[in-house]
Amino acid sequence: MTAVAAVLPHLPVLQVVVPLISAPICFLLRRGDLPWAFATLISWLAFATSAVLLSTVMADGPIHYEIGGWAPPWGIEYVVDATNVLVLLLVSGIGAVVSTYARRSVLAEIPASQRGLYYTAYLLCLAGLLGVTITGDAFNVFVFLEITSLSSYVLVASGAGIDRRALTASYNYLVMGTVGATFFVIGVGLLYMVTGTLNIADLHERVPPLLHNRTIHVAFGFIVVGLGLKLALFPLHTWLPNAYTYAPSSGTAFLAATSTKVSVYVLVRFLFVVFAPTSGLMALTMDYVLFPLAVIGMMAATIAAIYQYNLKRLLAYSSIAQLGYMVLGISYGTVDGLTAAILHLFNHALMKGALFLALGCVMLRVGDVTMHGVRGLGRQMPWTMAAFVVGGLSLIGVPLTVGFISKWYLVTAALEDDRWWVAGFIMASSLLAVIYIWKVVEAAYLREPPAGRTIREAPLAMLVPTWMLVLANIWFGVDADLTVSVARTAAMSLLGVAP
Amino acid sequence: MNPSFLLAATLLLPLVGTLFIALTGSRPNLREAVTLVTAGLLAVIVYSLLQDVLAGARPAVTLVEVIPGLPMRLEIEPLGMLFACVASGLWIVNSLYSIGYMRGNHEHQQTRFYICFAVAISSAMGIAFAGNMFTLFIFYEVLTLSTYPLVAHKETEEAKRGARVYLGLLIGTSIGFQMVAIIWTELAAGTLDFAAGGILRGKVDPTMLPFLLALYMFGIGKAALMPFHRWLPSAMVAPTPVSALLHAVAVVKAGVFTVLKVVVYIFGIDLLAETGASHWLIGVASFTLIVASLVALTRDNLKARLAYSTISQLAYIVLGAALASTYGILGGALHIATHALGKITLFMCAGAIYVATHKTEISEMDGLGRRMPFTYGAFLIGALSIIGLPPFAGVWSKWYLAMGAVDTGMWLVVAIYMISSLLNVAYLIPVVARGFFRPSAEPAPQSVGAAAAPARSGIQEAPLLCVLPPCLTAAGCIVLFFYADEVIALLRPIVQ
Repeated sequence: MTAVAAVLPHLPVLQVVVPLISAPICFLLRRGDLPWAFATLISWLAFATSAVLLSTVMADGPIHYEIGGWAPPWGIEYVVDATNVLVLLLVSGIGAVVSTYARRSVLAEIPASQRGLYYTAYLLCLAGLLGVTITGDAFNVFVFLEITSLSSYVLVASGAGIDRRALTASYNYLVMGTVGATFFVIGVGLLYMVTGTLNIADLHERVPPLLHNRTIHVAFGFIVVGLGLKLALFPLHTWLPNAYTYAPSSGTAFLAATSTKVSVYVLVRFLFVVFAPTSGLMALTMDYVLFPLAVIGMMAATIAAIYQYNLKRLLAYSSIAQLGYMVLGISYGTVDGLTAAILHLFNHALMKGALFLALGCVMLRVGDVTMHGVRGLGRQMPWTMAAFVVGGLSLIGVPLTVGFISKWYLVTAALEDDRWWVAGFIMASSLLAVIYIWKVVEAAYLREPPAGRTIREAPLAMLVPTWMLVLANIWFGVDADLTVSVARTAAMSLLGVAP
Repeated sequence: MNPSFLLAATLLLPLVGTLFIALTGSRPNLREAVTLVTAGLLAVIVYSLLQDVLAGARPAVTLVEVIPGLPMRLEIEPLGMLFACVASGLWIVNSLYSIGYMRGNHEHQQTRFYICFAVAISSAMGIAFAGNMFTLFIFYEVLTLSTYPLVAHKETEEAKRGARVYLGLLIGTSIGFQMVAIIWTELAAGTLDFAAGGILRGKVDPTMLPFLLALYMFGIGKAALMPFHRWLPSAMVAPTPVSALLHAVAVVKAGVFTVLKVVVYIFGIDLLAETGASHWLIGVASFTLIVASLVALTRDNLKARLAYSTISQLAYIVLGAALASTYGILGGALHIATHALGKITLFMCAGAIYVATHKTEISEMDGLGRRMPFTYGAFLIGALSIIGLPPFAGVWSKWYLAMGAVDTGMWLVVAIYMISSLLNVAYLIPVVARGFFRPSAEPAPQSVGAAAAPARSGIQEAPLLCVLPPCLTAAGCIVLFFYADEVIALLRPIVQ
């Protein structure tokens, strides 16, 4: 018991350090299934850690952890509060499910010599994402963002075994991602120049009085554009479709469900905690830059998705549209809007995770995730396609799925703000989603499979994790109490509104 | 048994049924037995709940709180009770018919068919007993999705196209309009509970009420108000039992039932009568009513003609609701039951003709009446009931609807009801007349039906299970004529 009592206070740092240290160990294991087993174990440990953190935060309020006992603002501080604990739980939960799933998929898609490296990159990516989320230090955000990005480039490039285009996709992602990260660090540097601190809580005290300062304006611009690149805000999204299309199935599922979401979270934290704009240039940015880009992105990417032949690319465009929903909620700057954005951040990860895992099963058995490849799969791989259908319904926003809860709050926020036509756009975009999902459903259920193709259902080791996410889609769609109340608490504390 | 448990059971029982249907899929006789037993049990439960409701009880149960403050809640009130009785009662008859039709036609994927059917009935129960608009909306969407595979059943290009229109229009209107209306209501009134007298009084600016009403009325695509009616003719590619129970009873009636619920319990008829917010709806519903009847006249395909007839009859009910008068609401509610009995009879007859002769066009059906006298007899009774002649049930609902129009001084609406009845005569009676009085086109037709008796060359009916059900519902049209008062007594509390 004493051992547990000794570990508990250090959970915030262990959340990041355990996956980080495990990465080089994973690299040394190399042989056979060991790297996979190790990475999966670490992922579940990380998930358990964030579950404990969630219960602690819900019971006792925010946790502040000083790294190495150095008090902030000199030392680096980790903060766990209502806002980021949900993101931590999401990232580690998706990590746990995807790594459990990955074994068969990786065996089929990645050459033996690279498998150990793949899991190493995955663990680094996990550590980076968790670090970005948990840290309370602006420069530390950059450090972890770079760890995440570099390892994501490796994850994407690992798809080269199947399709060499993964290399150019990864290269594009590297260029764009580096530009984004550089912009971000320039912004942070400018903030440091003016305020003399990197601690986010301190920035929260010092920046708002300086909102008229030209340097702060420039910092704001750099940070928003940098993060916009990272989260694939339209029109900075061009790296995303190729990266998602050519990465290995498990890598796509993990990145799609977590990495852009974490960037959205960082954007939220900088917009509302560091800058907290209520008027002036930055508030105008929300209304006249983020808001229209979100609406255009939402519509344009949805329409682009309708015309895709490759299903991974289809879902990638759909992701860009869904990120538009999140940025839309953020751009309202109201409690309802922010609640909707945070809620959708969580819910969308569940949908896209489930959908990409289902496609991974198709990839394993058919080796072709196009409209052509899924023909007739409704009967040949009933469980996989059923998972895809439920995930698709969730994406459309059918009641009893998480997508419906998201849509409900997004529209509520729009109506609350008297933006009727935005509600119209949200609905129109959902209806267009019906088209691209139904194209897949018709191909899978109403077309005959190609003659002579006999395939079996995907192995249980992949179906079970897929269905875990599918059931999560339904669970949090039927009983949204937890997610809604956490999102609302988070939105209120971000905006400094008393509950 | 505990009424709240029984209430939850109305939803769960068909779902449990689907499980057993799936498990017994390889043994058709057992599978059909499961469907019949489930339908029978459901009818028993609904009947016992009916006794509670008649005694004045209002059983309720909260299933789960989906969003804080918005529970999924079931609560029985008379209107929903009526809809549940109609849907569950006719499910038994229609299941018998399904067996005859699906086997007689050697349809594929029958297990999927019965599973989707049971899910659709479960969601119809959810719609009937929904305690708030949120719950109703959830089951409304589930009903759409569960009937999609039934419409696409044949898996041909035509079926796929029809199913696309079906899904697109129903999902499109419900997400595009209805959901916005519901969220607007929630924001304005702070609740979505169905309450006597409505929840919007003093909450929404009276000048905005017509717009909110429009979002609801066009959002409830299942009521098939023009211009969002195309899905119903498209759905006719489905096997006939689907058209009979779902697209004459469960799905379309779920639409007009929702219209009545919204008018009575969300807006409140007094509020609509005072503000005149539903005046525009009288125009749209009248237009739909007349135009759909005229289109029905031009259709040679029997099922298409019946579909347009349904669109027109649904507009009767919407019109009754738009009048915002006591009699209009009562007549509309009663019309749910009487039209259901009449129209399901007509569809089942159309299916029986198809099974026996594989004919779909009215012009090809000359002289069939003498070969299929039971089918055509049932068709005649159903037609007369829909036209509204005594001694058939349809006369009462038209009576009340016309009373509602008189009550509000809308003489033009009375005229529209009368003209439409004449149009009903014009598009329904020729079908029977051609069957009995025109000489048969083919000299010695071969019956496809299994029950054809070679010894009696005069009568060549469809299989027994295709002929008996429409005869039962035709008899129901006559019985209900004498018991309409009981139904009105059940409904009376909703307008007091």
